[in-house]
Amino acid sequence: MTTVIDYKLGNLFSVAKALELLGEEVLVSGDPNDLRRADRLVLPGVGAFPQGMRNLEGAGLIDVLREEVLVKKKPFLGICLGMQLTAARGFEHEERSGLGWIDGEVRLISAQSANLKVPHIGWNDVSAKEDSRLFRGIRPNSDFYFVHSYALHCAQEADVAAVTHYGEEIVAAVEHENIYAVQFHPEKSQEAGQQLLENFLRHA
Amino acid sequence: MIKTKMFGEYRDVGNPRTVAKVYDAQKADELIFLDITATDEKRTLLLDIVRAVAEECFMPLTVGGGIRDLNGARELLQRGADKVAINTAAVERPEFITELSDALGRSTVVASIDFKKNPEGVPEVFTRRGTQPTGLSPVAWAREVEKRGAGEVLLTSIDREGTMTGYDLEMVSAVSDAVGIPVIAHGGVGTIQDLVDGIIRGKASAVSAASIFHFTDQSIFKAHSHMRQAGLPVRR
Repeated sequence: MTTVIDYKLGNLFSVAKALELLGEEVLVSGDPNDLRRADRLVLPGVGAFPQGMRNLEGAGLIDVLREEVLVKKKPFLGICLGMQLTAARGFEHEERSGLGWIDGEVRLISAQSANLKVPHIGWNDVSAKEDSRLFRGIRPNSDFYFVHSYALHCAQEADVAAVTHYGEEIVAAVEHENIYAVQFHPEKSQEAGQQLLENFLRHA
Repeated sequence: MIKTKMFGEYRDVGNPRTVAKVYDAQKADELIFLDITATDEKRTLLLDIVRAVAEECFMPLTVGGGIRDLNGARELLQRGADKVAINTAAVERPEFITELSDALGRSTVVASIDFKKNPEGVPEVFTRRGTQPTGLSPVAWAREVEKRGAGEVLLTSIDREGTMTGYDLEMVSAVSDAVGIPVIAHGGVGTIQDLVDGIIRGKASAVSAASIFHFTDQSIFKAHSHMRQAGLPVRR
């Protein structure tokens, strides 16, 4: 059973639906008990970093998350803002600590040329490392759907599982033990996205 | 690159769930649903459509039409929409753009700007489905919505919409040059070449079309193929 964490940010419906279609029992909830009884956790989200952290704190979810993910080592998948929140620090609007699970910082994408607009919105091809578990069996350089202005910069190259390019190299996915996270929206990335979610369910 | 925009009474173009499935199968990049007849009673129509579409399609979905408050926007996002488009409400109360942007994230908010030539022949922004003049120039208003926190601009030429005579490339490029956020061109696509022109000559970040896909035999597959051949980075 997977709990899709409801902390009042993001399109929870599509994430839940995508997982259900893969045959998974899904619960959408912000209740700490529903996180405790899940086998797997998914943290979606679209919005600003400080708001995300505030909502998690307000819902009393930070300690539960630490317990379930860092101690019990349940497979965890962060999507978009959910990925950014795993970082040590975020710089959106204000400097703020994240969950601190991935050594890195969340910073604004720098538009290197006048032709590059921010937010980065649209499909973009992603290249994954050979040993990535999330990207197993997915055609190399498949396109996934991105919609974000901020990106995670990883301090440890080993955490980076996949990258995309938009003026600069952008981390598209991280994998660190039982912690997985993607900047793009697999629930909006049609076949490649479905395959990635299936990989999370089966191989994480 | 390609967003298909559906508007009006859904009966005109078919059951939205079915149409959405077709677009999904054809690999449209994104779908935009605008309920142009939106009033408070019609609010449930949009919610039902979003729910129906989101159940079948795993592609990016933008919805708009009569969104006037944060709760209305939130409801749509909870049903499966990824972005909300606001138009009249943004002009009538620009602070609304910022409210949505702060609460939902900049990239969730699409500012929909409709323009046409006024009686003096000058392009002007109109609200309420082209009936209400605003005195605003499209470029100036686009700059303002960006400043206020919109993540994208959906720029529609009311004069061109449905005519299939091509985008108003002059205005598309003027607005694209004026803002740092993505601009989606809409209104006027008659041929697949128009889509290429929208990106290359119009400098839009994305091109949107409706009539060409609803009423001709052009398909999204063909559109992607032609754009790829023109050297544009469309997905395979």
